[in-house]
Amino acid sequence: MLVLVEQSLNGLQFGLLLFLLAAGLTLVFGIMDFVNLAHGSLYMMGAYFAATFVAWTNSFVLGILLALGATLLLGILLEFIALRHLYGRDHLDQVLATFGLILFFNDAVRLIWGPAGLSLPLPAWLTVPVQIVPGVFYPAYRLSIIVVALAVAALLYIVVMRTRIGMLIRAGASNREMIGALGINIKLLFTLVFGLGAALAGLAGLMQAPILTVQIGMGENILILAFVIIVIGGIGSIRGAFMAAIFVGMIDTLGRAFLPDLLRTVLSSAAASTAAPALSSMLIYLLMAIVLVVRPEGLFPAAKR
Amino acid sequence: MKSYINARSVIVVLVALGLVLLPAYSALTGDIFILTLFTRIVIFALAAASLNLIMGYGGMMSFGHAAYLGIGGYAVGILAHEGIGSGFIQWPVALAVSALYALVIGALSLRTRGVYFIMITLAFAQMAYYIASGLSRYGGDDGLTIYKRSTFGGLIDLSNRVQFYYLCLFCLFGGVFLIWRIVNSRFGLVVQGVRSNEQRMQAIGFHANRYRLVCFVISGTICGLAGALLANNTDFISPAGMYWTRSGELMVMVVFGGMGSLFGPVLGTIVFLLLEELLSQFTEYWALIMGPLLLLIVLFARGGIMGLLGRFSRG
Repeated sequence: MLVLVEQSLNGLQFGLLLFLLAAGLTLVFGIMDFVNLAHGSLYMMGAYFAATFVAWTNSFVLGILLALGATLLLGILLEFIALRHLYGRDHLDQVLATFGLILFFNDAVRLIWGPAGLSLPLPAWLTVPVQIVPGVFYPAYRLSIIVVALAVAALLYIVVMRTRIGMLIRAGASNREMIGALGINIKLLFTLVFGLGAALAGLAGLMQAPILTVQIGMGENILILAFVIIVIGGIGSIRGAFMAAIFVGMIDTLGRAFLPDLLRTVLSSAAASTAAPALSSMLIYLLMAIVLVVRPEGLFPAAKR
Repeated sequence: MKSYINARSVIVVLVALGLVLLPAYSALTGDIFILTLFTRIVIFALAAASLNLIMGYGGMMSFGHAAYLGIGGYAVGILAHEGIGSGFIQWPVALAVSALYALVIGALSLRTRGVYFIMITLAFAQMAYYIASGLSRYGGDDGLTIYKRSTFGGLIDLSNRVQFYYLCLFCLFGGVFLIWRIVNSRFGLVVQGVRSNEQRMQAIGFHANRYRLVCFVISGTICGLAGALLANNTDFISPAGMYWTRSGELMVMVVFGGMGSLFGPVLGTIVFLLLEELLSQFTEYWALIMGPLLLLIVLFARGGIMGLLGRFSRG
């Protein structure tokens, strides 16, 4: 029972992290119709910036804030130099161009930081276990990821649903030509949205950094997960991304934790321990395949909002 | 009348001739490395050509073509590991398993369109990647060493560099010829018709998805053959070769050369892999140059190398 609570929290934390990544991806995708494979690179850059700035400033909070700003700037710069010329091109062109950016970022990181990974040590006040219910302790840092991600999700919801910028973003998602025709500076709006997406990816990366090693190519695995999420949730839908992210985070974490035992009840122990790791990695792809076969537009298509 | 002598056809003939004469050059100069390099290039060119069949002519952007390289390779590797070394068994199995995989995922993926299609083919390829990682009997994550290349009853010796190169080249030319015949057949015209206007083809009475699916399966099978060749070339097969970035590289090769042109993917593969080789000799950080180069090509050279040559020959 305790294990179940702990693993559920882990699943929630992973899901929320995935949401941050997927939210930026789906905003850019939904509004600019732009497939950005380099989104995972921004996630990686967030983690590298954080490890570097925290070491420089000797302050965890200051370093993290600097890293967030740096990723935001990098995103805006990237959009300004390269990506804005790719809007309106077909998706294949965008896939290829941003694939090129992945190659570039991976080698740039290797050149600057070297091939070995970095680590981002946590300050003492974030390493203590917190008692959430009597008898159940949970690491403070993982708990703080849940809190920060929920706060960002709420903030994003308010910005998108309650502010003028959010109104423009939503209008842009459903009809790009129309808001241009209304005299909105669409270029600026796009740059802004792209920067926001980059900052969200950076935030996900820098929050994950103390848990995993900061290494080259770390964005590529998780990028595919983010794509799975926005496809399951429905492209362009923030709400869909949120639901799907939590769902995927839970299934992935709980699958890894409990699938081996579950399989052992029906299979021999040897067969179960062979099948379980592959099957638990596949679970979410299986889920995505099923969703697409049943509802090819995803669970919460943006247009029906 | 259409003139057949233009920059495009001259280059294509020269490149084909160069590929045929390469072992002679290698023997004369004693440069064995170039033969090894081009064996790899020819195999990847076959894979890129197969992807071009569905991407360029069928409008199906498969982002999971690396899976077939892996499946074809694992068919050879697993059979070799189990003591079945004959290519007469290994290769038909590799083709059959690739075709079966393509049939299943094609039937499911073709329910979707556009970006969703890109993503679902990617997801299925990732599933294949994780299955391969889970094959602990066959090396799991670490991969499987193939101690003996496929045997063909003494007809061809795959461990002989020149013979193996010519086998790969024969497969490439055969594959391109097959694609040429398909594209210009009634079947191929229907597939291209579906790409440009699905509703119209449906209205005329063609089952668009059936044609698409058959095309998808043919493409996957040809790529499975490339996988069997690749496994024999490297004497090794691992899940890493099925990772999604490999699918991305295949897409790059196709677009580099020119999507929807018969020889474009072959030229694209040659240029891409040569450039990779050249840049990596020049600097360890070759992707630092390759990445932005890709971006520039997408931005300024639409239609790839074939497109550029076409523009050049029009004056």
